[in-house]
Amino acid sequence: MANATVEPEIVYDKEGNAHEVVDFNNDYEGAKLGFWIFLLTEIMIFSSLFLVYAFYFDQNTNDFVQASEHMDRLLGGINTFVLLISTLTMGLSVISLKNNDVKKSTKYIWITIIFATIFLIIKYNEWMLEIGEGFYPSSSYLDSLGNGVKLFFGLYFTLTGLHGVHIIVGIGVMLWILGKIKKGEISSLNFVVLENTALYWDFVHIVWIIVFPIFYLIY
Amino acid sequence: MSSVTKNFYDETHTVFGHHKNKFLQWIFSIDHKRIGIMYAVVMFAFFAIAVIIALLMRLELFSPGQQIMSPEQYNQAFTLHGVIMIFIFIIPGIPATLGNFVLPLQIGARDVSFPRLNLFSFWVYVLGVVIAVVSLFPGNGVADTGWTFYAPYSTKTGTNVVMALTAAYLLGLASILTGINFIATVHRLRAPGMGFFKMPLFVWGLYATSWIQLLATPIVGITLILVILERVFGIGIFNPAKGGDPVLLENLFWMYSHPAVYLMILPAFGIASEIIPTFCRKPVFGYRSIAISSAMIAGIGYLVWGHHLFTSGQSDTIALIFSFLTFLVGIPTGIKFFDWVATMYKASIDFKAPMIWALGTFITFIIGGVTGLILGAVGIDIFLHDTYFVVAHFHYAILGGVVSFMFAGIHYWFPKITGRMYDDKKAKIGAYLFFIGFNVLWFPMFIAGNLGMPRRYFDYLPEFTVYHRIATVGSWIFAASLIYIFYVLYKGAKYGEKAGPNPWNATTLEWQIPSPPQAENFGELPYIDFDPYEYKDGEPVHHMDLSIKEEKQHG
Repeated sequence: MANATVEPEIVYDKEGNAHEVVDFNNDYEGAKLGFWIFLLTEIMIFSSLFLVYAFYFDQNTNDFVQASEHMDRLLGGINTFVLLISTLTMGLSVISLKNNDVKKSTKYIWITIIFATIFLIIKYNEWMLEIGEGFYPSSSYLDSLGNGVKLFFGLYFTLTGLHGVHIIVGIGVMLWILGKIKKGEISSLNFVVLENTALYWDFVHIVWIIVFPIFYLIY
Repeated sequence: MSSVTKNFYDETHTVFGHHKNKFLQWIFSIDHKRIGIMYAVVMFAFFAIAVIIALLMRLELFSPGQQIMSPEQYNQAFTLHGVIMIFIFIIPGIPATLGNFVLPLQIGARDVSFPRLNLFSFWVYVLGVVIAVVSLFPGNGVADTGWTFYAPYSTKTGTNVVMALTAAYLLGLASILTGINFIATVHRLRAPGMGFFKMPLFVWGLYATSWIQLLATPIVGITLILVILERVFGIGIFNPAKGGDPVLLENLFWMYSHPAVYLMILPAFGIASEIIPTFCRKPVFGYRSIAISSAMIAGIGYLVWGHHLFTSGQSDTIALIFSFLTFLVGIPTGIKFFDWVATMYKASIDFKAPMIWALGTFITFIIGGVTGLILGAVGIDIFLHDTYFVVAHFHYAILGGVVSFMFAGIHYWFPKITGRMYDDKKAKIGAYLFFIGFNVLWFPMFIAGNLGMPRRYFDYLPEFTVYHRIATVGSWIFAASLIYIFYVLYKGAKYGEKAGPNPWNATTLEWQIPSPPQAENFGELPYIDFDPYEYKDGEPVHHMDLSIKEEKQHG
């Protein structure tokens, strides 16, 4: 693991000016850069799906608007709220850790995990409601409806499903981080992993901010 | 030479601490050099398998009618050949093998930015390979869709498409992780003083490639997932019966897969840009233009995918725009070729094996590139679409471009990797055999394609017999040349003379350390206030000894 106390290696140029050699084992900026690039690939994944959505929305606007009426805007709205709050608590945990308040930081991560779990429970119930009404891919009821409705629900389950997978991965990473904080491997001197996780969590909620209106609010 | 004789074959950093077992030392190693070699071993094993499948297909095509395989088996054979060659062999290709080995050495770094991620990407790659292999056996056997997985057939056929797609997805993920690693490495770990325009050109090629890996691979990843969801749940996105549009899959697929061919060729151009100045003993002509043209190819290459869809009913306007953009790619590629030729002009060229490989590839790749422009013209493409002309063009560009530049690179860095030298004369014979076999194999296909021989057909009309027979004979010469090339390299690695740190009198940093390199590459790092490829009177301007002098720990 990184060790903040190692002396930096110095190289001198012809004029005798010192230049530090970046140590790849302890490179805060590198870790941040790498994670931003990773988020870029995530953006590409979701943008491709939004592109597919836009294409079919353009072809089946009326059907999409009709299908959107079957969405439960109350549950979706609550979930939006829950996810936004969890982003706040995630950010607060980073600030607390930077201020060397490990206890508070741990507490905020737990609150984030709880909110994320609530999100998943609500999402699960919402899916069950829709499946109960027959709105799931290849159901005989859905197949009797217009093409646009089929595509709408196909995209809906794909996008919210992929978003849900990201939430589950996020919870897993947070639990892993809690273990590392306990062992002291993540601390106020070495917080880049937590900071990157907060970035990831921000990304997950930004995706939801786009998913929510294009499915729930288009009619 | 320094008194330290230990190199990275003796010691390594592993992810779980120390292992006694040599095999575990390798598969858990986070040393970029070992990871590069492990990639190469798996890749070339599968390259051999895909070559054998191709030889069997050529044998089937020796005469019209059924010889050794059924039409269904033939469909599976070309799918397997394509999936292995594209996803397992050539997409990880140069970056994962030579790139992993050489990139940190060339920029004066002790490893890549995220060594453990690098190892993880290798494991993901191996997992993808294993799934691809497993997909051969259960049910109706390996996918028969072609490597392009076009819907709606791919959503309906009874073969193991889901497994093939999963494998392709994982292989893409491995490629993304390598790309992230390389970009962070190039940005963060260049030796002090090495600005972007002091980097060796191979690094430029890898850097441009990494951006394509990042921006394009996620698109194909999600597309493959959509096909899986279509098959498993019937979400309807590519199913015309449910309002879906199969052509959308073609668009999304080529949005990745066309940039992917530039992803393959850019590091290959980088290899050529290393070899040409080294064996001409001259600074490379137009360093900046070669560097920037790599970035230009990466940029324009992203916007040309529609030229695969000229016959799919896209509008004439968009077809013309894609055709125009396709022609634009020829400009930066041409710039590179002019720069290489200008470097060779009035140089006293040292015709060692890597140089022969590079020169031979110039010829085959120009044929591949120019036929690409022919196919990029809308009118002609509609005539030649899905014929052997396309097959020949593709193999001239990829096999006669990427793979043979890769062989050039392998012959160039072989002494650095193994510490020993192969027999130069025999290696040259191998190269000549390769190019003879290659041209006999593929050139007749241009003619057959122009006369109307369609691709991916198991059978053909009798008038095409002569072209198929020449091509099949060529395939035997080609296969023999591959065996000979690897035999010469194997003998070199086993019994060759010690190469010493810098057998080619090259100028870049990897030649200023012992061969093979030590575990953390560099002892002392220089301050880089000079350009790469600085030669004066046929000799490198700077001589350095950057080996690790005593047992010393970094970081």
